[in-house]
Amino acid sequence: MSSWLDYTINGLIVGNVYALVAVGLALIFGVSRLINFAQGSIYLVGAYIGWVAVVQLHTPLPLTIILVAVVAALVGLIIERFGLRPLQNSVRIAPLLATIGISFVLDQLVMLTFSPNPRALPSQLPDVRFQIGGGTIGPLDLLIAGVGITSALLLFVFLRYTKLGWAVRAASQDRDAAMQMGVDVNRVNQTVFGIAAALGGVSGLLVGMYYNQIDTAMSLQATLKGVVAEVVGGAGNVPGAVVGSLLLGLVESYGIAVFGTSYRNLFAFLLLVVVLVLRPNGLFASARQAPPEPLTGTFIAPSRPVRIPRWAFAVAVALFAILPLLPVSFYVLQTLINAWLLGMLALSLTLVAGTIGQVSLGHAALLAIGAYTSALLSLTLNLPVGLAIIAGGLMSAALGTILISPSFRLRGHYVSIATLAIGEIVSLVILNWESVTRGPIGISGIPPLSLFGYDLVDPKAVYWFSFVVMVVLALLQVRLLGSHLGRSFRAIRDDDIAARAYGLSLNRYKSLAFIFGGFAAGVSGGIAAHLYSYINHETFNTQQSILALTVVILGGLGNVVGALLGAVALVGLPEVFRIAAEYRILIYGIVLLLLVRFRPQGLLGTI
Amino acid sequence: MTTGAVEPLLALTNVNTFYGQAQVHFDLSIAVGRGHIVCLLGGNASGKSTTMKIILGLVKPRSGEVTFDGASLIGLTTPQIVRRGIASVPEARRLFADMSVRENILMGAFVRNDRETIAQDLDKMLTLFPKLGQRLSQRAGSLSGGEQQMVAMARALMSRPRLIVMDEPTMGLSPLYVDRVLELIRTINREGVSVFMVEQNASLALEIAHEAYVLQTGKIVLSGSARTLKDDPRVRDAYLGGSEAA
Repeated sequence: MSSWLDYTINGLIVGNVYALVAVGLALIFGVSRLINFAQGSIYLVGAYIGWVAVVQLHTPLPLTIILVAVVAALVGLIIERFGLRPLQNSVRIAPLLATIGISFVLDQLVMLTFSPNPRALPSQLPDVRFQIGGGTIGPLDLLIAGVGITSALLLFVFLRYTKLGWAVRAASQDRDAAMQMGVDVNRVNQTVFGIAAALGGVSGLLVGMYYNQIDTAMSLQATLKGVVAEVVGGAGNVPGAVVGSLLLGLVESYGIAVFGTSYRNLFAFLLLVVVLVLRPNGLFASARQAPPEPLTGTFIAPSRPVRIPRWAFAVAVALFAILPLLPVSFYVLQTLINAWLLGMLALSLTLVAGTIGQVSLGHAALLAIGAYTSALLSLTLNLPVGLAIIAGGLMSAALGTILISPSFRLRGHYVSIATLAIGEIVSLVILNWESVTRGPIGISGIPPLSLFGYDLVDPKAVYWFSFVVMVVLALLQVRLLGSHLGRSFRAIRDDDIAARAYGLSLNRYKSLAFIFGGFAAGVSGGIAAHLYSYINHETFNTQQSILALTVVILGGLGNVVGALLGAVALVGLPEVFRIAAEYRILIYGIVLLLLVRFRPQGLLGTI
Repeated sequence: MTTGAVEPLLALTNVNTFYGQAQVHFDLSIAVGRGHIVCLLGGNASGKSTTMKIILGLVKPRSGEVTFDGASLIGLTTPQIVRRGIASVPEARRLFADMSVRENILMGAFVRNDRETIAQDLDKMLTLFPKLGQRLSQRAGSLSGGEQQMVAMARALMSRPRLIVMDEPTMGLSPLYVDRVLELIRTINREGVSVFMVEQNASLALEIAHEAYVLQTGKIVLSGSARTLKDDPRVRDAYLGGSEAA
């Protein structure tokens, strides 16, 4: 029997764990104006180092904690030195994308080393519970609270009374001015990454012990929770991050008490979206103050697009069109069908992220909306599949735009966080809205693709169908980009204040971009649903959103041809080289890192 | 030096700077003599602030030489340059807004490690800027523009620099504070600190400077002692963009 006091204690304990992650994020954001998406990966590394220490080396608890902190700090230092420092003079989005790439690489390395199966991480503390009031508390709760409070105190003393701590604070308030006082900003960055990583690693260890289990999916969840807590407290605000974390822990715990466990994350992300919309600077800053972001669009690498002659397009399209008539294997067609589906998603994302500058990290949600709409309409209302797919596209355009609209007033990083959260919310609503979506069971027996009453089951037919749809969408988008509308999109991306001064309504144009992009993504999701015949809430996950982003960056943000080329390259090349599935994510991460470092404008250049 | 001419404390020689394709400085040469106040005048977009950034190592010139006390500054990082003895009062003050006034001033001594003398210097600053005494524990961001300028100057002095570079120290201040700031620059200079300041307000700057340079779209179009430049009509022409100075 759990009492309210139990839920409160649980919320505060979980909040303490979040705080260890969020404080690190806040320190890093303060100094570098960067949301470190690799923070969760360090947390994951911490958990697995802890597992090695406890299960294999049998280290005593204090030594385990120290070991985890030291190894995690080292990982943090390496990330800073080799992943981020070279990007200092790069476009602003570069470090953010680099941390995403790093997190893919780290997570995948952990998965390859330890296998994706969950492992038990035994707590090294006696299993007793003390009765207090109507609730109970165990030694592990006390340990977590103790580590949280001790870390907060140490951090306070460090920031307030040491020279390096002063340097950290000065650099976070005005980097250039701090340099002019003689502060070595690289050293400050190193310090901050080291501290953040040590705290994150210990947090992973404690969580592992708390739930007695660790697995590789922890990473993304930890990053998301840390980001939520940090943004709720005010990005870059260290005490705010602690309060935000405790608040998040309590909200989740009470949410579970009332609605059940599967709602936990939904509350976290709703809290985030509400805070972003109402108080984008967090609960402790004034609502009017603009978030600390650049005013104008240095967010995307400026470049001249590579010119490709018209005849080359025609030849490429013709070649791909007659490909099924040539003696190619079923496997090649299958691979290219996947590439065309990803290509449609990339078209959508390159418009939204590249042309109008809203870097979305939740684009897979648009696939999911399209897929579910199309699947349910064809199953329950017996709508012809062709119509159902179009309906999926329209639903994705409408619902996606409505869902994303709270983020229209945000800029830069905040758009990415908001879209990430909205994407998660969509997935969680699908999971929990059982009467419509069939919840965790998913939808099976989705009818196959068909056109005018003829089922398209032959891979050649499916190939042509998806190829034609993609080409039509691409041509429409090219037409759009050349129009007045396309110019307005780019104006908003490059300088939203100037665009507004010239009378462009930001909300209207952002909506139009998401409507168009949402349609393309929804159609892609719809086709996928009928192709797979089974979908559930995890079919279209964050990993796909990030893959789409990698594709789009590979091709060149805003570049239609680039998006398609990127899709073929990232889906096709791993197949050509027969790279095992578990290495693919690793490769995507490395590709993203290399791109950001050496060619941020992508293969064909940004438009 | 064998010639008997005194080597300048700071010298920029034939500096060419680019922002991407655009050239900002064309063969810029400036010298700041020991113990002098030198000011760089010029209108908007003439390359004044970039000159400051070159000295502080925040922007790297494509060619040319920058020396301080005879040693080259090229290739050094900003913190290294600060350690050589150059302090700055940046444009718009750039205080650490959420730190207290005391912390801001002490941040100026970041490169020093002599605790006791730092404490003495802090007391000295409070005699030089008596108003700051009551404000020490206040958030720097809550001060008025003039008070912030005082903090920025105190902060710069705390590193015991040989040269202070100032970017538009009178910008946005009330007339009362403008006079006060100019007076303080003189005081600081009398104690042996050389000053290099960038200013838009030529008549004010020329009142306290020893020498001045006039910068126009990246080129030095006029230079000489402040006294002679004060009455030179070409200074005004340079501001107004007249290319053929009469």
